[in-house]
Amino acid sequence: MTPTYIARSTAVAARRLGDEMIVMSALDSTLFTLSEVGAVLWQAADGRTPLDQIVRNHVCSAFSVDAQTALRDAQEFVRALAERGILLVSSQPMTSPAAPPGEAAGAAAAGEPR
Amino acid sequence: MAPLTASTQIAEAGLSRHPDAGLAHAPEPSADCHSLTVEIGGLPIRLRTPNAAFRAQIAERYSSFLRPESRAEMEFELHFSPPDPLSAEEKLEVCCEEGRWQLSRGEFRAAFDLHTRRGHLSFIHNPYSVDTVLRIVHSLLLAPAGGLLLHASGGIRGGRGVLFSGVSGAGKTTIAQLAPPDVQLLTDEISYLRRAGDGFRVYGTPFSGELGIQGEDVSAPLAAIYLIEHGARNRRERVAEAEAVRRLMRNTLFFAQEKRLVADVFSTVCELARRVPVYGLEFLPDARVWEMLP
Repeated sequence: MTPTYIARSTAVAARRLGDEMIVMSALDSTLFTLSEVGAVLWQAADGRTPLDQIVRNHVCSAFSVDAQTALRDAQEFVRALAERGILLVSSQPMTSPAAPPGEAAGAAAAGEPR
Repeated sequence: MAPLTASTQIAEAGLSRHPDAGLAHAPEPSADCHSLTVEIGGLPIRLRTPNAAFRAQIAERYSSFLRPESRAEMEFELHFSPPDPLSAEEKLEVCCEEGRWQLSRGEFRAAFDLHTRRGHLSFIHNPYSVDTVLRIVHSLLLAPAGGLLLHASGGIRGGRGVLFSGVSGAGKTTIAQLAPPDVQLLTDEISYLRRAGDGFRVYGTPFSGELGIQGEDVSAPLAAIYLIEHGARNRRERVAEAEAVRRLMRNTLFFAQEKRLVADVFSTVCELARRVPVYGLEFLPDARVWEMLP
């Protein structure tokens, strides 16, 4: 199976607040709240460690879940965040994560018309 | 396992103070140009117009915030332009290239440079265009300085600032109208916050809501933020930090998509939720709501 490498986009800001991890996309100001497991995957997304290894090392033991189930859920999580441009995915290790497309400053959200 | 559990969005956007020294070498206004300096949140901006009548109109609009003695940190030339019916409903656009910002919507076009600290505004004769541009400029200048503009009414009582934040219709103006006489009104619509020491400080603004109640040019340490909604009773409940961030982000004005500035605003909201108590406040529209606030 081709390994999957994941890296955090540079176009996001993230903050752990209590037991939640909140990630904000600077592209469209969308906020994402990650669960405990999601936060583990997010923090381990260094672009160099294969996803299946992250799951084995950080998820299975900590959350008492079997590897197959954990990997399937992790892949779904990665797909969801990659679609939103806040997580980068590659079949090769990423040493310097590229910025996602559509990053240029552009249209703004809004001012209220008066 | 469901790692991705929720999402929400900022209502609008903003940024902050440039490290340059300001308009130290600005030329004196020419004889045929009328100028005034509007200072909001400690940031003086000079507005210049060739139209004396419009200057008088702006002076009246920002009467509590005129500071002729302040040295302007930014300057705008104002010019009227004929209305363009084709662009009347145009969406607000904000973009930046190498420190030069451009803003446009149906009734105005504006550009300013954070290096030279100068800009211009062409608009249909409407003082609210000036208001909109001032809000955007302040939000952009505030972001890197750890400040922001928040959809919130607010006041100062006993030296403590309190804000009432919510979406349109949540009751911001209603609470401002119900304020007892000893409350100094900061705003009924848009609040101005800056980091100060271990906390935040709030400033009055002239940015008013539907009833046009203008705030006073006063400031105070921020003691609490109430996330308001109309209800069947008066009830106050502390909001957890993460939830406070999510709800405050919805009410934060920010107009740009420049990733560094968006990250600055996010960081400021996180610090705000960490350093200032945030409560949910359900209230009945009568004066008792103020009596339940500590």
